[in-house]
Amino acid sequence: MHGMRCRKCTEVAVINMRQHKLALCGAHFIEWVHGRTERFIGKRRMFDPADRVLVAVSGGKDSLSLWDILLSLGYRVDGLYIDLGIDGEVGYSHKSRLHIEKFIRDFQPEAKLHVLDVKGTYGESIPAVARTTRRGREKPCSVCGLVKRHEMNRIAYELGYEILATGHNLDDEAAVLFGNTLRWNAEYLVRQAPVMPSDGMGLARKVKPLFRFYEREMAAYALVRGISYIEDECPFSVGATSLYYKGLLNQMERDCAGAKLNFYLNFLRAKDDGLIHSGEPTPLHACERCGQATGIEGLCAFCRLWEGMEAKKAGAAG
Amino acid sequence: MVKISYRDKQWEVPPGITVRGMILKVGLNPETVLAVRDGKLINDKAVLPGGAEIRLVPVVSGG
Repeated sequence: MHGMRCRKCTEVAVINMRQHKLALCGAHFIEWVHGRTERFIGKRRMFDPADRVLVAVSGGKDSLSLWDILLSLGYRVDGLYIDLGIDGEVGYSHKSRLHIEKFIRDFQPEAKLHVLDVKGTYGESIPAVARTTRRGREKPCSVCGLVKRHEMNRIAYELGYEILATGHNLDDEAAVLFGNTLRWNAEYLVRQAPVMPSDGMGLARKVKPLFRFYEREMAAYALVRGISYIEDECPFSVGATSLYYKGLLNQMERDCAGAKLNFYLNFLRAKDDGLIHSGEPTPLHACERCGQATGIEGLCAFCRLWEGMEAKKAGAAG
Repeated sequence: MVKISYRDKQWEVPPGITVRGMILKVGLNPETVLAVRDGKLINDKAVLPGGAEIRLVPVVSGG
């Protein structure tokens, strides 16, 4: 009736990971996740115990689990929550923040959280920007991603963190890889990696310590640890291309255990073997307004976005 | 019967089926959900007894 037993003891298994041919009980699953995370941080030279790490937390299973894992492993990690002002008739951003605050109360009361309120800082929420700009009307997730990337970089730099960690898991990475491969976007393929070095223009090193874990494993980690997280989808993600790609990859995984893992790991091996090239890398410039690195001269995409918002507001007022 | 809930959907399936079999039977992909009984995660080869109430937790997120 209980199905499988833990490979390491006689307890009932809580999870069966077909891609690893491994079933584990709750205690050994947590131990396995911690051990693998530490191993991959070291193998990919992401950071050392002496480094100050800023982890971007959204209230979802991946980022809260990552924060929990890194603190449990003894790393110096603070959190950053970016309040995007997304309501979607479900109070999405507000609910997300409540999960983060509960996590700190229940699991890591000594943890430090930085909060950035996008509307309080720039005058408009992400949904308002998405409605107003052409980029946002076509792809609201694109505006959201652009603002989050820029603000994570800015805050890590201003607060002196050497490392910026995000909760991207293997499913996230495989979906991005799938999209880049469909378009044969060599420049993006070259850049996609679990570690992105500092660009030498003041940006922190970016790392993805969960890059070898399936999304299913991270949800299991949160459930076994008792971490409360936001299960609702972001109301703007309905119809997002990345979710469509994840659906396709999960169909393959259902019929062929390990399909996602092999797809992504063989890509990393091909990169390490020098098989993926693009032309000359785009030269970087400092944005004239914010100073962050950008591939085009003048303003970066983030500053152009807000400049466009200001122009629309001025036009409406005039 | 075994009661299954997933977001705002509910089903009933006959007892004696495995978790993985049940997930496929209700038309979901086992890679995209986890099964929870009485607040505890259960593995996909566990056989469901009559009267059990199972919550399926979605694992896919992002945008």
